[in-house]
Amino acid sequence: MSEKKKQRMYDQDVSGDGIHSIQKVIEPPKESSRPVIKYVLIGVSVLFLFVMLILPLIVVVVNALGDGWAAYQEAVLDEYTVKALMLTLLATVTAVAVNTIFGVFSAYLLSKFYFRGRQVLASLIDIPFSISPVIAGLVFILTFGNIGWMGDFLKAHDIKIVFAVPGVILATIFVTFPFVFRELFPVLNAQGKDEEEAAALMGAGGFTIFRRITFPHIKWALLYGVILCTARAMGEFGAVSVISGHLRGKTNTLPLHVEILYNEFNTTAAFAVSSILVLLAVLILIARNLVEWKKK
Amino acid sequence: MEEKVIGETTMYVEMRHIMKTFDGFQASNDVSFGIERGCLAALLGPSGSGKTTILRMIAGLDKPDSGDILINEARVNDLPGSKRGIGFVFQNYALFRYMTVADNIAFGLEVQKKSKAEIKTRVEELLELISMQDLGKRYPHQLSGGQRQRVAFARALAPNPQLLLLDEPFAAIDAKVRRELRTWLREMIERVGVTSIFVTHDQEEAMEVADLVIVTNQGRVEQMGTPDDICMHPETEFVADFIDTARFEALRAVEGKKQ
Repeated sequence: MSEKKKQRMYDQDVSGDGIHSIQKVIEPPKESSRPVIKYVLIGVSVLFLFVMLILPLIVVVVNALGDGWAAYQEAVLDEYTVKALMLTLLATVTAVAVNTIFGVFSAYLLSKFYFRGRQVLASLIDIPFSISPVIAGLVFILTFGNIGWMGDFLKAHDIKIVFAVPGVILATIFVTFPFVFRELFPVLNAQGKDEEEAAALMGAGGFTIFRRITFPHIKWALLYGVILCTARAMGEFGAVSVISGHLRGKTNTLPLHVEILYNEFNTTAAFAVSSILVLLAVLILIARNLVEWKKK
Repeated sequence: MEEKVIGETTMYVEMRHIMKTFDGFQASNDVSFGIERGCLAALLGPSGSGKTTILRMIAGLDKPDSGDILINEARVNDLPGSKRGIGFVFQNYALFRYMTVADNIAFGLEVQKKSKAEIKTRVEELLELISMQDLGKRYPHQLSGGQRQRVAFARALAPNPQLLLLDEPFAAIDAKVRRELRTWLREMIERVGVTSIFVTHDQEEAMEVADLVIVTNQGRVEQMGTPDDICMHPETEFVADFIDTARFEALRAVEGKKQ
């Protein structure tokens, strides 16, 4: 058989499941024969990362500790800082819980069932990625605020959303809701329906199928999505800033608290509080890398 | 299973005037045939001829728009697939990739809440049947294509189905091993004595393995009969053409190897 024929056979997706043809695409590229370009590119990347990421991180840490350890401790343990941290954690945990459930359901629905409007729904889920968080916050004010569509109804039932904790949580949920879905959808899509159909034919119920067949398949992607969602939820500023009303000790999250301190020329405290966020970010980064490594 | 008997029949599986469309595509057009108990039947046809749809409807994975499906003299149209007493081997085997070979085979029995001891005995029995006693702890991705097919076969047989359905059982297998596996599968099915239907687009495969061949084309049954019947006395132009083309291709493949 000629070389050409062999290649053609290889190119065909023999199993018909699409997996083999994909594997071809992600093979590592051949090493370029010009090493100069390689080192120039590495140099540019490192320089960029240093200026954009490393340098600011160093500035945060140095400034936070600029007035000494005691000042740092005082800023971090300040009553309002602790309250802001608590609210950030509350909003993050709630958003992650809600979006995990929503993400699993929607990814399952869109990958395993075919119905009219499937594509539209998939695009709608991505809206928070393409919309400015400030607009998202504003939308909530216009919907749930005093002058909003639901304002009278909420007032009559004594429910406060805007300029209150529920608003902060809602905004966080909104901004982070595509993350889990985005991670799960391709994984579930690639799995196909065969294994689940096979299990169903043997008489397994929906929950058993999910627990024993679907879940083992998606668990790493799910964890990865949860981590990304957590990172984004903790750092959210725009939407939360619009809807919270900046009530210190009530609706202030950590990022908002940093801004307030900074605007009050309380630079050391601002950086000290920032360092909490940096620490959380580093923890998430480590978790993320662990998961990525495990996924392989 | 439902007890309702519809008419006299000596067939174990019977399709009566089955119609099925997918989004305006006529997948089954007045499909009727019967298969006797203990028979090994092949659904043969080109891709898109509706053979897999027929298999999936017998399994309960798809529902016909009209017509009756009978298994063991009872109408099963409204019975879920899991209650029809069938085993199904998927085209790509659909082995549970996060379970070991032994767990794959045990799954159907666990779902039926069989006792641990019973499951263990049955799994061992089946591993022996497919000559993979030592590979029970392996995962599907650690197996060759032929081994995977054997596991899929054992898994489908574990709950003692009365009817075994196989969707293109040899399609994902290397051409070299295919012939060997054909003989193996034929022997296994004979030994277990289970009524079986398999889908194929390869006429040679159908002729070699099956007792009864059902040729499908454009959602219709063109002809059914023994392999000899189909080869010697094709009833329609399509059957004559399909068998001949396939033969021609086989010849060409042989010549290609010589070069």
